[in-house]
Amino acid sequence: MSFKIASSPHGHSQHSTSSMMRWVCYALVPGVLIQSYFFGFGVWFQIILAVTTALIAESACIIARDRPAMSALRDNTALVTAILLAISIPPLAPWWIIVIGTLFAIVVVKHVYGGMGQNLFNPAMAGYVLLLVSFPVQMTNWLPPSTIGEHSLTLWQTLHTILFEYTPAGYSVEQLRAGIDGVTMATPLDAIKTGLTQGFTLTEVYAKPQFSFLAGAGWQWVNLGFLIGGLLLIQQRIISWHIPVGLIAGLCVPAFFAYLFAPDLMAGPVVHALSGATMLGAFFIATDPVSAATSNRGRVIFGVLIGLLVFIIRSWGGYPDGVAFAVLLANMCVPIIDRYTRPTVYGHGERK
Amino acid sequence: MNEYKELTWQGLWDNNPALVQLLGLCPLLAVTASVTNALGLGLATLFVLIGSNVTVSLVRSFVPQEIRIPVFVMVIATFVTVIQLLMNAYVFELYQSLGIFIPLIVTNCAIIGRAEAYASKNPWQKAAFDGLMMGVGFALVLMLLGAIREIIGNGTLFDGAELLLGDWAAQLRIELFTVDYPLLLAILPPGAFIGMGFIIALKNRIDAIKAERAEKKTVTRARVTAQQ
Repeated sequence: MSFKIASSPHGHSQHSTSSMMRWVCYALVPGVLIQSYFFGFGVWFQIILAVTTALIAESACIIARDRPAMSALRDNTALVTAILLAISIPPLAPWWIIVIGTLFAIVVVKHVYGGMGQNLFNPAMAGYVLLLVSFPVQMTNWLPPSTIGEHSLTLWQTLHTILFEYTPAGYSVEQLRAGIDGVTMATPLDAIKTGLTQGFTLTEVYAKPQFSFLAGAGWQWVNLGFLIGGLLLIQQRIISWHIPVGLIAGLCVPAFFAYLFAPDLMAGPVVHALSGATMLGAFFIATDPVSAATSNRGRVIFGVLIGLLVFIIRSWGGYPDGVAFAVLLANMCVPIIDRYTRPTVYGHGERK
Repeated sequence: MNEYKELTWQGLWDNNPALVQLLGLCPLLAVTASVTNALGLGLATLFVLIGSNVTVSLVRSFVPQEIRIPVFVMVIATFVTVIQLLMNAYVFELYQSLGIFIPLIVTNCAIIGRAEAYASKNPWQKAAFDGLMMGVGFALVLMLLGAIREIIGNGTLFDGAELLLGDWAAQLRIELFTVDYPLLLAILPPGAFIGMGFIIALKNRIDAIKAERAEKKTVTRARVTAQQ
């Protein structure tokens, strides 16, 4: 929320918005590198497309609103929104997916609400939800990781697929996802969800090729990459530990107990922590300084709430992963969390 | 005649039930996925609004103050039942696609709001005209939102108009563009909220520009006087 309700003492960190956002970009590098190793060059094209769209949209909005353009562009917030959205979507999604998502994130979610520092919702996640709800097919077309996939695309083939939805040889993304047996390979979380609804036990699901020793093949390393980046952010004091720890605890503690009760029906805490967007969400998305809670106690509650919601959506919801929905729902609760976790001023009565 | 002009302006713009009073949002947001549905519900609401306004105005001197709300609700419910049976008989497919939102017109706050705020205090001619204008204002917003959502989400206009207006209306269907993957969000409930937000913002913007112009005029005049 806005800075007004943050209570004193107002310790000043030595980071400007611009340098904070630059650090977030640096911290994303290990995760993105691992992601591009397992899922192809697509993520780089998506980032380029997203950043270009975001900068154009941001400039257009700033000019339309009569604000100084250069200082707004230099604060790098649009850049971070664009990159986060670009790495959340499937790397081979058609180009218009990321363009629509970024435009919505910047123009509607950010600037309609008043621009930098005023948005109620996390722009990247609101854009993601718009895309997921509107284009479910394109938004779930994840290729299997290159280590187990049948197809790996060259740079040119990737670009061609993003631009025209087919490889130069005429394969659609749907066909590329198929394994050697012609069966489409789902993402690990999707495989868990569909496996359980079809009556398989998790032991049987884990025997599928897209699972490796900790969680999903490829996905576990991507998540570890974002974990490393996130720890760097905490070490640099760009983010505080409260939200990531709260989120991972909110997700893994219930997952642990559910796992104890029904180990063949509920995914364990490690699988939850290293699947889907858990680490990206915990360290990079939920920690958005604008749309998250402001006090430290509030941040813990905010993080736990997101973690719990992710656990509920993954276990019983309609979607395999729920980080984006959970973040948006928790964003809605931020005003009330801030209201009830406001620290008491020294000498002004007891906390009620 | 002046009061009628005022009523027109109030109903269509200044005090529009959907854009300013923000009443009746539930059906407004739920059924506006296409222009046809919006028009159907808009006409049904218009009919109920005129009927209830006239009746409430006619019986206003016989209704004890303490129980006026239940009486109004029963008057409204009567008209809703009438329109529901009529739609069931003559436009059955539209009746099915509007579903629960036809009986729910009873709970549309715009209608009881007009009964309480205007019809119960004014003669029936004025009450009827007020119902007409409020109903038209509501229906226009419904159709505008329906058109926006149908264009974005489906690429068409007046799709399925024959369900409401008879077979000739099948020609009204306009195919603006076809896309392989429509923006489903516009058809889904969030699209209604977002679209409604933009329409209200547009109205407020127009009002702000008008107020600005009015202000400018006075300022210019003042400056001229000062120079003389």
